[in-house]
Amino acid sequence: MKYVPTIGIECHVQLKTKTKLFSEVDNDARGKEPNSCVSPVDYALPGMLPRLNGEAVRLAVLAGRAMNCEINAESRFDRKHYFYPDSPKGYQITQFYQPIIGSGYVELPDGEKVRIEHAHLEGDAGKLTHFDSYSLVDLNRVDTPLIEIVSMPDIHSAKAAHDYCKELWRLMRFADVTYGDLYNGNMRFDVNISLAPEGSDVLGTRAEVKNLNSFRSVERATEYEIKRQSKLLDAGEKVVQETRGWNDDAGKTTGQRSKEEAKDYRYMPEPDLPPVRLSAEFIEKESAKLPPMPSEYRKRFKGIIANEILEILLDYPELTNKLNEIDQKYVKNMSNLFTSVLLAEEKSAEYLNDLPSVRDLNELAAMNEKKELSSTATKEVFLRLFDPQMKGHGTRQIAKELGVIQENDLGALEKIVDAVLAKPETQKAQEDFRAGEEKVIGFLVGQVMKESHGKANPSSVQDILRKKLS
Amino acid sequence: MKIANRKVTAERLVRDALDKAKHFADYNIFTFLNEEGALKKAREIDAKIAAGEKVGRLAGVPYALKDNFMSPEGDTTASAHILEGCASPITATAVEKLEAEGAIMIGRTNLDAFAHGSSTENSYFGPTLNAYDQSRVAGGSSGGSAVAVALDIVEFATGTDTGGSIRQPASFNGVYGLKPTYGCISRYGVVAMASSTDCIGFFTKTPGDMDLLMSVANGKDSKDLTTLDNYYHDSKLKKAKRIGVIKEFDNDSVDKNIKKALKKKCELLKSKGYEIVELEMPALKYALAAYYIIVPAEVASNLSRYDGVRYGFRSKKSEDLDALYSETRSEGFMPENKRRIMIGNFVLSSGFYDAYFLKAAKARTLIVEEYAKAFEKCDFILTPVAPNPAFKLGEKTNDPVAMYLEDAMSVPLNLAGVPGLTIPAGKNADGLPIGLQLIGPRRSDKSLIEFSKELTE
Repeated sequence: MKYVPTIGIECHVQLKTKTKLFSEVDNDARGKEPNSCVSPVDYALPGMLPRLNGEAVRLAVLAGRAMNCEINAESRFDRKHYFYPDSPKGYQITQFYQPIIGSGYVELPDGEKVRIEHAHLEGDAGKLTHFDSYSLVDLNRVDTPLIEIVSMPDIHSAKAAHDYCKELWRLMRFADVTYGDLYNGNMRFDVNISLAPEGSDVLGTRAEVKNLNSFRSVERATEYEIKRQSKLLDAGEKVVQETRGWNDDAGKTTGQRSKEEAKDYRYMPEPDLPPVRLSAEFIEKESAKLPPMPSEYRKRFKGIIANEILEILLDYPELTNKLNEIDQKYVKNMSNLFTSVLLAEEKSAEYLNDLPSVRDLNELAAMNEKKELSSTATKEVFLRLFDPQMKGHGTRQIAKELGVIQENDLGALEKIVDAVLAKPETQKAQEDFRAGEEKVIGFLVGQVMKESHGKANPSSVQDILRKKLS
Repeated sequence: MKIANRKVTAERLVRDALDKAKHFADYNIFTFLNEEGALKKAREIDAKIAAGEKVGRLAGVPYALKDNFMSPEGDTTASAHILEGCASPITATAVEKLEAEGAIMIGRTNLDAFAHGSSTENSYFGPTLNAYDQSRVAGGSSGGSAVAVALDIVEFATGTDTGGSIRQPASFNGVYGLKPTYGCISRYGVVAMASSTDCIGFFTKTPGDMDLLMSVANGKDSKDLTTLDNYYHDSKLKKAKRIGVIKEFDNDSVDKNIKKALKKKCELLKSKGYEIVELEMPALKYALAAYYIIVPAEVASNLSRYDGVRYGFRSKKSEDLDALYSETRSEGFMPENKRRIMIGNFVLSSGFYDAYFLKAAKARTLIVEEYAKAFEKCDFILTPVAPNPAFKLGEKTNDPVAMYLEDAMSVPLNLAGVPGLTIPAGKNADGLPIGLQLIGPRRSDKSLIEFSKELTE
């Protein structure tokens, strides 16, 4: 039978705040000793009370607006109870009843929309490492601020699941609320998948694949689940409602625990935190700081930048936003430099954080279009704009220092050509050319280039030579 | 309040307090005596005074600290086995403020474990005895603190009041006890019982001392987001005219002597020109039920952190994770703790939340409104603190509901967040103290304390 998959995705995004969601301890534990970024609030000493990090609230507002979501003027925190050593308080502080981010939607590259049900702020859990006879607890990640984004079940293929997750990642990066480092778990996806016979309006039983941390694993796990569930249904068996884990090496999902034995989280309003009240002015002021989002750029650059190039650029908000600032007539030229030169550099990640000024880039593109810089020279000058020794000098000065500005002054070029043609060693070539031997033109152009110390524009030189030798 | 000055040294005050504490050891007041630390601080203050340096408003004043306030002086146990050996790396904001003014903690006082109880009989360290009758309870949960002040060991003691834990032991032992407006004093560093009703307060011998302590301890704290702005100093003293009495509290369950004491105070007020207004407050009948749903829910949640993983007691039988949790918690908690954890988890469990917790939350709103209405008709309310004076040790330990009923007159204030001050109101025929409770609207703490002076003859 043919089945239609229905997919909803929950995504956890770690926010890039300096400090944790409820304490003043460093939120960035990368490369730090286990349990070194933990305050008494985080490890739940008696008598400790959470202090809400205002920056996390601000980033949540930005994230929400990036997804076209309503921001709720009042939101509250709740406690979600469970016993596990990764949760020192014995509960997670989350927003169960009144989340900060209301409904909205994400527009995929193909124009399809996936609705957002809501998104809420919450604290992350610690990390456990299991050994044979014991386990170690690292609380560094406890109460790292997260937003959990809950989509509506608007996704119907593995490809769309992939695209949705990737687009979410881009939105969060454009909104600049997360480092977006998937490898380090900055974004994690839980995918809910159910199948229903084509034409049926009743949804099937769903399975949830938890903790996927790459777009590819989202796509593969979804594909796997669709196949697995199809087989079960074809065989007349039932899909069990359960949580499943994804084994990337084996390319398989496996059952973890079924919802029947799911825990009762005993949600309760968090009495230690007052409600979060946001004024319309605050929300407006903050969202005004957002750059255009990828869907807007797709409209803006349509017909200027090829789709494939633009989709690459959209993975780098720094580049896309820069393109948006430079002179529109140079956008295409610059987009090529960005994708084919900058991104090919070993240090590109570093470069992204320190892009050249709009003025320098405009000038570079202008010099290239006026043929003052050959394409090779353009690339060279472009890279020098990132060179700490040179970048302050400005595009033209750098080009001068490198001696790569092409001579385009036809009068001056003619003089050089005349001088070269007067040289004895070029006489034979001139005769050969006149006799119809086309390829010796290359030799002559080379001589002129040599005479001009490489600054002449070769195509102009060839034009002059042809005129003079005809 | 006796403070250190050129006439009396801080060391003298502290030595006297420590001697008295030891003299009254059989009352089981203290879980820890801070002999070394207190004497060291006293000498420092004396040196400052001798050098002519400025000292704080509480210089050299010995005080007792309820053992659920965190500070590095002595382990903070909350009289609970599960917190045994828990040395705090931090200091509670309230303690910090008192000590900054020169107050000296001479010992930590006994309480019902985690402040769950009305008699201090639920302490892992055994009950504290009543200051006036050793066969009777001290009240609770701040029993040790009340008795420490009543026996004149210290000038004042700290307490916490979640449903009467300051006011009731104050009344059982004949001292002043204030539960301020919710949010007036920071809860940071105080072992939580029920976050939405917990209040920090004091036991003193006079209203003047209470005012001084409040002016020291109150105020906004960035470490406790539920603290109110610093209203205490700015609050204009209210000129009271009408005093309310609650009709529903005039019933047969209330001890005759307490009724008589209330009547007597009303007569006194009338003679001073105040008008006595009888209030009907029907919503208060929901208070006890709502309280024993909301509080256990928050208790169960707040006690989730005690799992034997990071601090305090861990059972020797913790061979796997489930055993670590279940054995540590069954050995570490007292029966009353467990009772409240079970009730709390029950009312929060899915399918019951709406029927219990949500309904209780609605009842709470009704109670808040009931007080608001009452304070349109009067300035303050005068009621009993508890229906009976101090009961016998063991009298109610096997009947938790009877014990809970003793709280009916004290818990409504905690649900509404309004302040209540216990004032001594004489003794009954057995020589047991009787206390009355003066209640004011939110933020009226200072006026309430000031007005209580009118009730002395």
